[in-house]
Amino acid sequence: MGSFAYTAPKKLEQALAVLNKHAAEGNRIQVLAGGTDLLVQLKSIDSEPRTILDIKKIAETSQLTFDGDHVFIGSTISCAVLYENAELKEMFPGLTESIDLIGSTQIQGKATLGGNLCNASPAGDTISALFVNGATCVIANESGLREMPVDEFVVGVGRNALQPGELLLGLKLPKPAANTSDAYLRFIPRTEMDIAVAGAAVSVSLDDNGVCVAARVAIGAVATTALNVPAAVEALVGSALDASALQKAAEASSAASSPISDKRGTEEFRRKIVGVLTKRAATTAYARAKGEG
Amino acid sequence: MSDTHDYKQIGTRPIRPDGVDKITGRANYGADYSLPGMLHGVVLRSPYAHANIKRIDLGKALALEGVYAAVSGADFPDVAAGGMGGEGGGDFKDLASNIMARDKALYHGHAVAAVAATSRELAIEALDLIEVDYEVLTPVMNLDAAMAENAPLLNDKIYTMGVNPKPEQPSNVAARMEFKRGDIDAGFADAEVIVEGEFRTPTVHQGYIEPHACLATMNQGGQATLWCSTQGHFEVRTAVSKTLDMDVCDIKVIATEIGGGFGGKTVIYQEPVAILMSKISGRPVKMVMDREEVFRASGPASATLSKIKLGAKKDGTLTAMSCWMAYEAGAFPGSSMAPGAMCIFAPYKTDNFLIEGFDVVVNKPKVAAYRAPGAPQSMYACESLMDELAYKLEMDPIDLRLKNAVEKGDQAAYGPKFNEVGLRECLIAAKEHPNYSRELTETQGRGISVGFWFNAGMQSSAEVHINENGTVMVIEGNPDIGGSRASMALMAAETLGVPYEKVRVLVGDTETAGFTNVTGGSRTTFATGMAVIQASQDIISQAKQRAAKTWEIDEDQVDWQDGHAVPMPGVNADWEPLSLAKIAAKSGRTGGPLLGRASLNARGAGPGFSVNIAEVDVDPETGKTEVVGFTAIQDAGKAIHPAYVEGQLQGGAVQGIGWALNEEYVYDDKGVMQNPGFLDYRIPVASDLPKIDTVIIEVPNKAHPYGVRGVGETPIVAPLAAVANAVRSAIGIRVGELPLSPPRLLAAMDE
Ligand SMILES: Cc1cc2nc3c(=O)[nH]c(=O)nc-3n(C[C@H](O)[C@H](O)[C@H](O)COP(=O)(O)OP(=O)(O)OC[C@H]3O[C@@H](n4cnc5c(N)ncnc54)[C@H](O)[C@@H]3O)c2cc1C
Repeated sequence: MGSFAYTAPKKLEQALAVLNKHAAEGNRIQVLAGGTDLLVQLKSIDSEPRTILDIKKIAETSQLTFDGDHVFIGSTISCAVLYENAELKEMFPGLTESIDLIGSTQIQGKATLGGNLCNASPAGDTISALFVNGATCVIANESGLREMPVDEFVVGVGRNALQPGELLLGLKLPKPAANTSDAYLRFIPRTEMDIAVAGAAVSVSLDDNGVCVAARVAIGAVATTALNVPAAVEALVGSALDASALQKAAEASSAASSPISDKRGTEEFRRKIVGVLTKRAATTAYARAKGEG
Repeated sequence: MSDTHDYKQIGTRPIRPDGVDKITGRANYGADYSLPGMLHGVVLRSPYAHANIKRIDLGKALALEGVYAAVSGADFPDVAAGGMGGEGGGDFKDLASNIMARDKALYHGHAVAAVAATSRELAIEALDLIEVDYEVLTPVMNLDAAMAENAPLLNDKIYTMGVNPKPEQPSNVAARMEFKRGDIDAGFADAEVIVEGEFRTPTVHQGYIEPHACLATMNQGGQATLWCSTQGHFEVRTAVSKTLDMDVCDIKVIATEIGGGFGGKTVIYQEPVAILMSKISGRPVKMVMDREEVFRASGPASATLSKIKLGAKKDGTLTAMSCWMAYEAGAFPGSSMAPGAMCIFAPYKTDNFLIEGFDVVVNKPKVAAYRAPGAPQSMYACESLMDELAYKLEMDPIDLRLKNAVEKGDQAAYGPKFNEVGLRECLIAAKEHPNYSRELTETQGRGISVGFWFNAGMQSSAEVHINENGTVMVIEGNPDIGGSRASMALMAAETLGVPYEKVRVLVGDTETAGFTNVTGGSRTTFATGMAVIQASQDIISQAKQRAAKTWEIDEDQVDWQDGHAVPMPGVNADWEPLSLAKIAAKSGRTGGPLLGRASLNARGAGPGFSVNIAEVDVDPETGKTEVVGFTAIQDAGKAIHPAYVEGQLQGGAVQGIGWALNEEYVYDDKGVMQNPGFLDYRIPVASDLPKIDTVIIEVPNKAHPYGVRGVGETPIVAPLAAVANAVRSAIGIRVGELPLSPPRLLAAMDE
């Protein structure tokens, strides 16, 4: 591992000032949250010198609030803390299960939701779950805060929409409407400690008769970024998620995917699997929305 | 079934002597040793799978401040060809070229140079300064490519051995072997049912958690001391002496604690490099591989192709068995094809068989032994086809095997006549096991398989020292990988009649312990155990002499009972029994300290048979297999420490399950491994597995005083076919290529 400078300011303004100074001078700087991606990259992929800006000491990044009609999740709260929060799990069982899938208990003690999103891996488990919950990114820069829908935030493999001088403060999620719930599923050949070969998140809202009135479907690890699948949504809305609606949604996800063949799976396999996962995640989300999950 | 002996300590489950240090982190493994002034050595590895090395210039690396040595193949002595023996196979000249490439890089990751510097970071920086000119050649990455006509050659001096007359052209086929008996054509003509199949297994790694690591220091007199993680420090000493042209008496090897080996630590990689760089620099040199290097340059086990055919009568009696099998050896000749060929039909009475085996070089790391080397691959093929035969005959797969199972007096397919063996007992235990008959769901399936390994004897030494208070020190020479200190202590305690808690065991270095072959071949509890028992018996005879002296009677009038010298029945003496402690306390007056010893070349290692039952659930929509039940049944002869025997059975099952379901080297078209880490080289994690049920069968091996037969290797043999057969029963299709990964199974089911 190469050498690097390290700083861990306590105030947001200080952090932004450091970011800006580096940006202005053209010096390399990287934000550190849990470090479970960053340190691995530093050690084995890219050890060129840089400054590491640890933002975990900044109060705003570790807030978890349930005020009004939104939930705010600070970007550096560890996955383990999030997973253990009963209120969050109640509202977003699918998102919390995506959080719980990251690595292992030890990894989750360090890893953060913000890090998973900013790292923008196509296989990042929480990203499609954030998509289907309509999350908004709260971004801080020296002129204040700006907001951006999460599906605009990830722009490519390992690339996000942050500009030099910016950091992700946290995520805002609308509290789910009545009879609404979500689910996330991924496929890995083992049971844990693996990277998604494909993933699917589904959120559904039902009317009193159990008919789906609104839905979101997003898939992961089958394209350069997580993808919304509007055609799958169309298949689900208006149905009670009967077999034919589920089959259509599955096919829509498969069709929307553009996977690659690599050591983790073939293109053909991923295409099929992402459909199966969509169907199964929709089934689980539906049961949860009906209060049967 | 088992001979009833009234053992007091053997068969109990005390905690292992090395346990506390290991679970509290005090135990020192290969990378834990350091010396003042120590340098860190790192290796420059070939970026090409197949290339001629035209030029290496170490100059700029050597010029870097803090670099004290840099070496390449030219700095090593020429090594004469000569066999290494043991389970790994191969040749010392090839070993030397594997440790440091001479004029050809034969796999991606092949060592081409090394540097020692004051820090690892600096040494890595220096690697970038080494200039190497390569002439890149086409890599030969699998059996089909290597055996094809006009295939690019790895080594134009390889002419297939075992072919008469010698072939006119060199090839990548290093050797051909044939084993046969009876009349194969007549056997198939006699058959009422014939089944045939082709089976492939991938390149897999042993997957030991501790990477290769060593620390070497050489003094100005040319004497070297080496700490390393190894299964056999005496073999390390031999290999170092051959590759560096040193006298064995100038090499002291200390085996550190070892974090797994499974056969992969019976060979050496960095040790001679560290010693040479210590010689050049005058400083100690430490070398530790990282995980990527372990995958790219150590291990693995052979990928194989087997074409197999079985003929049988309608009642299941086998009439003919034939197999054509090819094993990848990696970059240098010497795969485990021969033992694979010798095991494949070992479980069955066969009048007519023919086995043709090929040892084939490819541009992958040189294979190393992996638990029962060669047998898992070949027996996967045979046991899968036995399963098909059972379907065709509509016969219970255990009954089919019982119909043909070998027993005492049968001539093994590999030559000798079997003594007592426990195959039938294992089969019967499997059939009676509740796991063989429990209900399965629609997506579940069950499979069984037989496993077999010869087990080895070889040379061992042991000393037993009696401390002044009668407590016991055993000194032996086998690195403790699976709890062997505990087994040695139990056998010494049982023999001497002292409590287990009063026995300590030292794994001595090459200057402390007498010569002892590797911890491998499932030989340690059998062979070194026998030496410990004999050394303990030596103590008993000396103790009896001391008692005779004390009592002033004849030696043959003294008996040994329960850890005490007692007068023989009928001897007219009313002496109180003398404990070992009492004898030891007075040993100064009766002739000096008690020191027992034994050395032997152990004969009669009893072969080990096993039967495994696998139960799986295959997801029809994703092709993912979950192992929902696994039962490992094996003949241990006599389980000295049953918990560690169960551990061997469970560990082998886990490795075999990984081999069957997910493990494989994935290469790109340039011959570069794509998954050199545990993230994408998928050994099973704990949550992937059910509890592995075990049944220890005890059919004593008469060649061992307590009936021991080796148990370390057989456990990995049966799981491959057991899992494959369970998958076959779940999905109704035979997929003859491992691993049975989700993409492969889903594609097969969708067809
Ligand atoms: C053993 C292991 C297993 C893993 N398993 C999984 C898994 O199953 N699923 C999965 O999705 N991932 C997995 N990961 C990857 C990783 O743990 C997750 O992506 C994790 O959520 C990253 O969070 P972090 O806080 O550690 O990020 P860090 O490593 O701290 O940061 C990641 C990237 O995001 C940037 N960044 C982080 N926070 C901010 C911010 N607030 N503002 C701006 N930029 C920021 C960093 O600069 C860096 O580029 C695994 C990693 C390991 C080591």
